[in-house]
Amino acid sequence: MSKYTEDDLREELKTKQYEYGFYTDIESDTFPVGLNEDIVRAISLKKGEPEWMTNWRLEAFKSWKEMIEPEWANVSYVKPDFQAISYYSAPNSKPKYDSLDEVDPELLATFAKLGISLDEQKKLSGVAMDVVVDSVSVATTFKKTLGEKGIIFCSISEAIKEHPELVKKYIGSVVPQKDNFYAALNSAVFSDGSFCYIPKGVRCPMELSTYFRINQAGTGQFERTLVIADEGSYVSYLEGCTAPSRDENQLHAAVVELIALDNAEIKYSTVQNWYPGNAEGKGGVYNFVTKRGLCEKNAKISWTQVETGSAITWKYPSCVLKGDNSVGEFYSIAVTNNFQQADTGTKMIHLGKNTKSTIISKGISAGKSQNSYRGLVKISPNADNARNFSQCDSLLMGNECGAHTFPYIEAKNKTAKIEHEATTSKIGEDQIFYCNQRGINTEKAIALIVNGFSKDVLNKLPMEFAVEAQKLLEISLEGSVG
Amino acid sequence: MLKIENLHASVDDKSILKGINLEIKAGEVHAIMGPNGSGKSTLASVVAGKEEYEVTKGSIIFNGEDIEDLAAEERAHKGIFLSFQYPVEIPGVSVTNFMKTAINETRKAKGLEEMPAKDMLKLIREKSELLEIDRKFLSRSLNEGFSGGEKKRNEIFQMAMLEPQLAILDETDSGLDIDALRIVANGVNKLKSKDNAVLVITHYQRLLDYIVPDFVHVLYNGRIVKSGGKELAHELEEKGYDWIKEEVNA
Ligand SMILES: Nc1ncnc2c1ncn2[C@@H]1O[C@H](COP(=O)(O)OP(=O)(O)OP(=O)(O)O)[C@@H](O)[C@H]1O
Ligand SMILES: [Mg+2]
Repeated sequence: MSKYTEDDLREELKTKQYEYGFYTDIESDTFPVGLNEDIVRAISLKKGEPEWMTNWRLEAFKSWKEMIEPEWANVSYVKPDFQAISYYSAPNSKPKYDSLDEVDPELLATFAKLGISLDEQKKLSGVAMDVVVDSVSVATTFKKTLGEKGIIFCSISEAIKEHPELVKKYIGSVVPQKDNFYAALNSAVFSDGSFCYIPKGVRCPMELSTYFRINQAGTGQFERTLVIADEGSYVSYLEGCTAPSRDENQLHAAVVELIALDNAEIKYSTVQNWYPGNAEGKGGVYNFVTKRGLCEKNAKISWTQVETGSAITWKYPSCVLKGDNSVGEFYSIAVTNNFQQADTGTKMIHLGKNTKSTIISKGISAGKSQNSYRGLVKISPNADNARNFSQCDSLLMGNECGAHTFPYIEAKNKTAKIEHEATTSKIGEDQIFYCNQRGINTEKAIALIVNGFSKDVLNKLPMEFAVEAQKLLEISLEGSVG
Repeated sequence: MLKIENLHASVDDKSILKGINLEIKAGEVHAIMGPNGSGKSTLASVVAGKEEYEVTKGSIIFNGEDIEDLAAEERAHKGIFLSFQYPVEIPGVSVTNFMKTAINETRKAKGLEEMPAKDMLKLIREKSELLEIDRKFLSRSLNEGFSGGEKKRNEIFQMAMLEPQLAILDETDSGLDIDALRIVANGVNKLKSKDNAVLVITHYQRLLDYIVPDFVHVLYNGRIVKSGGKELAHELEEKGYDWIKEEVNA
């Protein structure tokens, strides 16, 4: 990855219109709105789940009923009416496909419009994709190659049936059902998602990738992802999202759990591009996500994210550094424009000795948006020689947006070393004029400056994702200055 | 090539340029000198198209075209280059990447294809050698942490890369050590031809020993109050500006 420079990125860069405002009409079978025990049971039944899973969901639902929506985040919005949402929706044209030819042509057209034609993606980047459209996986590719190495990469529904011992052991082990309001809701009603298991000592030969989309009016989406890297294994996992534009708010509350056993490494990269609402702040996706990884001895988890979408983002990918010498990393670019609000950051929980964490957060705010970084670094009493380095940079465009940093540090061990750096800068007229004078127009100049600002994080992304991410940065900031 | 007529410009209603007349023909070198705050950099910015400044009267004609309504990047595409007195930093953007973008944007504006990577590398090699710039330097973030002299040398490197028709060098000599001054001046001279022109803004005669001007102008209080040959620069170096101010105020 290091050889892929910013220059290469620019090479491939073409400005694109935000053209994701469309909606595919795939006949779907959707539950009536509302949420109660019967609905939870029905979801489980519909998915043909074993009893233990149904009970697990019901337990979660019970906790959720007692919980209240958190209000501490620096965002304001009209709370979703959880009884006005339909909790299940699946494309009708099921069975699983062996080849793309069998896939609903309308769906393929949708992908083509998104510029993520499966065919191309497969060929060009050697990515096996588990495509999640409206909660049910309709295509799984490259399964064979992975199968030969003993790697399991399938939908979580399938895993519940085919690999119950793994799911039973690990689901909820990092994010317990009652962890928080949204996680509890997800645990009760999760529709689908991805499951991945890398056996001992195996290095996954390709980037695993899932494209999430939301595509049904009024259907909240509740994805559940579980990635388990067994001892000494390695996997790089990509998650990318786009959503059709819609007038009413769409709720998304995903849970992602990562487990890195001794000496294992997981890289989890996200490019998130959900509909942010229009320039007046109308519509847009509410994105309340719980992402957490657990590191055993000498294990490493890296979260890299590029967040450009959603009206509201509430997201704190975290690492629990349980094993000695384990490493947690968080690299983030969060862009907000117009009326978007993002409250995002990370938690690094140091439990083991000699544990290390790095946080690099780049927030870019334009328009009337609000962009907050919220980070917690916690060093427990037993975590001798723990180290953390945090850097939080904010870039402001215009005078009406806001950038906020909330770093929390709880150090209960005297040997801890914690460094925190923060900067705030503005794109200056002088910088823009300098670029203009060299023949670079203002739009391009902003893209250049923003990419420069984000470089430390962009460089952490796998190549094909970095290109996508850079495009998204340009699209998100189009027309944001002068 | 460049014809400035009765140019008045102001910023926030404060009048800075008060009737500038200047004609620069292809193949010529002009120098502008003048006390601090007289409007030299403002003139350069106005010609380059900085929007902050409002042209209230007069015109700027470049190759027969009134460029008043052209955006700064359009003027750049037509071949106007400004070496900044205070080059700005752009963190995270390497000199190479910046130049590549600048060149390709200019080509795009002219309806040309992007420059092939091979040619780009060749051009970079050639021009960095001309200005004796270590190529490692070019992967650093633009102007970030550059010394004063490095910034100026980098400005001229950019000029060499872009090969403008009209180069305006705003105090490019300040901050350069003696060797660097020679290298930079040598670079400018090598790029000189009968088809292009240079306007140097400077406080010191020293630079003009290397880049020899055909005309020297004195800018004072927003006007060109005196013009002459290269000997005028020597005179100013010796006597300062008081006698000029007296002449003007008389
Ligand atoms: N953006 C601005 N806002 C307010 N005043 C300005 C602005 N730009 C220039 N001026 C004023 O206009 C006058 C001319 O400035 P300019 O930078 O053109 O001078 P100069 O001749 O280049 O001086 P120096 O030799 O010190 O570089 C100064 O009084 C300066 O303060
Ligand atoms: Mg000046």
